[in-house]
Amino acid sequence: MTPVISATALGRRYRDQAALEDVSLAVEPGTVTGLLGRNGAGKTTLMRIVAGQEFPTSGTIAVFGEAPAENEAVLRRMVFVREEQAYPDLRVRHAIRVASWFYPNWSEELAQQLLADFDLPLQRRIRKLSRGMRSAVGIVIGLAARAELTVFDEPYAGLDAVARQLFYDRLLADFAEHPRTVVLSTHLIDEVADLLEHVVMLDRGRVVLDAPADDVRGTAMTVSGAATAVEEFVADRPVWHRQRLGARASVTVAGPLEAAAQARARALHLSLEPLSLQQLLFHAASSPADEKVSA
Amino acid sequence: MPPLDEGTPLFVQIAEQLADDIVDGVLAEGARVPSTNELAAFYRINPATAAKGINVLVDEAVLEKRRGIGMFVASGARERLRAGRRRRFAEQYLDPMLAEAKRLGIDTDTLVSLIQGSSWHNGGDTP
Repeated sequence: MTPVISATALGRRYRDQAALEDVSLAVEPGTVTGLLGRNGAGKTTLMRIVAGQEFPTSGTIAVFGEAPAENEAVLRRMVFVREEQAYPDLRVRHAIRVASWFYPNWSEELAQQLLADFDLPLQRRIRKLSRGMRSAVGIVIGLAARAELTVFDEPYAGLDAVARQLFYDRLLADFAEHPRTVVLSTHLIDEVADLLEHVVMLDRGRVVLDAPADDVRGTAMTVSGAATAVEEFVADRPVWHRQRLGARASVTVAGPLEAAAQARARALHLSLEPLSLQQLLFHAASSPADEKVSA
Repeated sequence: MPPLDEGTPLFVQIAEQLADDIVDGVLAEGARVPSTNELAAFYRINPATAAKGINVLVDEAVLEKRRGIGMFVASGARERLRAGRRRRFAEQYLDPMLAEAKRLGIDTDTLVSLIQGSSWHNGGDTP
């Protein structure tokens, strides 16, 4: 299958600051991909390039096989909802109507349902909305557009946990009924981990992880127990992190652990705990830049 | 919603929870199992992941697809699952129990009398 997004050796520099360096990735059609990373990792820069709002300083970007910048044919098939999206000074219902003109697959029924779900005041000017309500307007447009490529860049500023869960549930339900390609950029990793089929992690402008979400679970394990037993167990494994408290040790090693190793751990009375995506990011971001996490 | 743990691939957990329901008889043979989208919404996971979980059980002939209607529990599925689990019982349950018993200095005779004295063994249904 032809990837929906295809980036090759993408770079973006601002003066002497590299925002993206040698980023290559492919997003397959019909998947939900998480673009993860800390603030300032390059997520927004990458998405702006995908949306044709910014030019790379090196490398190439193709969306639906074509360069996206100023390409009306590509941009109509894509919706891009960014954090703190700026809107012209319109009332909510006008902003929704304008969006409905632009996107060919627009669902008015879904839009009305989402406006009610998020309790948005239709007559109020967007400028007068709270931050969370403004984010909700972006979410309504992003979902109701039913665009072939749906890109959300941290779309939930000011939304509380309940409203974010509503967003995830509606996204999942509509994605199931109307499959499309979704890219969701976030630093709230554990909240979205189960929604993702594929994970791309950026750190300091570079891709440090690019793998199916299923493979990422078990990428690393924390082994804890009596220090001597822990050290014996991890002796021939790459160690990511070590912690010690008296006679107890807790060591994070690269996984996955095969069945024999798990049995040995039990025999040594060690407890094994897989790292969550959030913890993986922490380790990927704090390890030396040349050390890639492979899954 | 049953909690999903980290580490084990999600699709494996979906397959295991459906298998649990079949072994427990909650899902009877011939019953329709939830669709991919229903599972995705219930567990709040990606539909592709749910589909992968269902396919694990289709490959094991535990579920069968009836074209245009949905996915159903195959006949003989419960017994096939139980046989598979009996084969793994020692490794999954006995070995860890024996390891812990050894650690605590509980010898085999004591262990046997503990098993015989347990309320489960005596037909009670609360441990």
